[in-house]
Amino acid sequence: MSLQPDIATTSDRDGLSALEIAQAVKSRKLSALSATEAALSRIEKYDPLLNSFTDVTADRARARARAVDAAIAAGKHAGPLAGVPFAVKNLFDVQGLPTRAGSKINRDLPPASRDATLIERLEAAGAVMVGALNMGEYAYDFTGENIHDGPSRNPHDVTRMTGGSSGGSGSAVGGGLVPLALGSDTNGSIRVPSSFCGIFGLKPTYGRLSRARSFPFVSSFDHLGPLARSVGDLALAYDAMQGPDPDDAVCTTRPAEPVSPVLARDIGDVRIAVAGGYFQKNVFPEASEAVGRIARALGATRTVEIPEAARARAAAYVISTCEGASLHLDRLRKRPNDFDPAVRDRLLAGAMIPAPLVDRAQKFRRWYRTQVLELFKSVDVIIAPATPCVAPKLGQATFMLDGVQLPVRANIGIHTQPISFIGLPVVAVPVPLEPMPIGVQIIAAPWREGIALRVAYALERAGAVSAPRPRGL
Amino acid sequence: MAVDPLDDYIDAVSKALGLPVEDAWRPAVRANLEVSLKLARLVDEFALPDDAEPASVFAA
Repeated sequence: MSLQPDIATTSDRDGLSALEIAQAVKSRKLSALSATEAALSRIEKYDPLLNSFTDVTADRARARARAVDAAIAAGKHAGPLAGVPFAVKNLFDVQGLPTRAGSKINRDLPPASRDATLIERLEAAGAVMVGALNMGEYAYDFTGENIHDGPSRNPHDVTRMTGGSSGGSGSAVGGGLVPLALGSDTNGSIRVPSSFCGIFGLKPTYGRLSRARSFPFVSSFDHLGPLARSVGDLALAYDAMQGPDPDDAVCTTRPAEPVSPVLARDIGDVRIAVAGGYFQKNVFPEASEAVGRIARALGATRTVEIPEAARARAAAYVISTCEGASLHLDRLRKRPNDFDPAVRDRLLAGAMIPAPLVDRAQKFRRWYRTQVLELFKSVDVIIAPATPCVAPKLGQATFMLDGVQLPVRANIGIHTQPISFIGLPVVAVPVPLEPMPIGVQIIAAPWREGIALRVAYALERAGAVSAPRPRGL
Repeated sequence: MAVDPLDDYIDAVSKALGLPVEDAWRPAVRANLEVSLKLARLVDEFALPDDAEPASVFAA
């Protein structure tokens, strides 16, 4: 199996960014319907290879695109994402579809009666949803593999993992099927597929974007966010989705803080450091190379130690498995044979963690947050690997690191977990190494997505990071 | 007959919670539990003051 070499070059409209599509649609050089048809054609042509989509909502997308075109023809404001095709991880409620969340069990749910808040906000900004995307079962996954729907495949090498759990989101954007996708990130599920598929991903501050009408995993850590092929597109989508939402108890009441207008602001005064210690251990040479390139591009010479990061990762693991088990307790009782056995066995074990250990993990979480916020008094941005390696092979269970054989799935998220544990905003940026790309985390203090996005934008303009077009094998 | 100390625990908790753990699943459940408990111990052995608040503070 290999990608056809023309995936990136079928025609001009196939290589457009979200920003370029919106500008072309608003200036009537391109219709929203034409942009939508182009996306649907790409999906039809390439998704049999990538397996990134589980639902293609073509009728809905065409109707929505026609409405955008009609609004523009009537002289109405079209919105900053006019005509931009996008797709969502299938844990987002999509009106008319059961929200499967990568599972077999949820397919028996009644169809969702209303879209998730973030879909409503993107469509209110003129975007056009074209479908729902493959993911790891119930988001308890770092590989992008799915026993029910088959694995999503890496667009740079279809024998490799996309990363998970937002694997379809990584594959669809990395493969150029859509310029924009939404995913969720509990322990790394936006940043890992961004790294493996060579694209940009934003995990905002915990509570920044509404999670209303999405299927949860670990309420303490669940975040939603965008994946795209450029920083400008990430910011465009992020700005359209911000704002309070009473339908999500965790969503902030802070007013929206648009980033797009300040994206190009100079970063000369931004204090940048590389994460040392834990974040420089257990990495393959490609991860060290990627972090080194970013540090050099930014002139970052300082190293900071994030205290007790290994313990933070451990606490995140414990809380995740316990809260995940709590969420699925009744399904584990009634339909244990309908789970992916590997997910079921992790959840069953999670149900058996003694409560005092979980409580201590939540107390440690507050202590750790205080320490890291102290660190942010002397630094604005911290750089760390997004993944310890490039995308492993599909089905690969172990890898050798420093002469030690380690399980792949459990070790993919070791650098993302200590960060989402306390809800820090992160932009995952793709370093286009050969033959496979790999991501680096640009980490900022809570509510400072703007700084992380500005640094990512500066790196993109300097040519240090970019989303490579897949060339086939 | 339980052969691993954790098996007794798995039997007791699964019975208390009404969770099915078939014999074929037990090795994987035990292995996952061992990893979770090992990581939980790492957190457990970190000294915290008595007045440490959990991150999940409820606001009335």
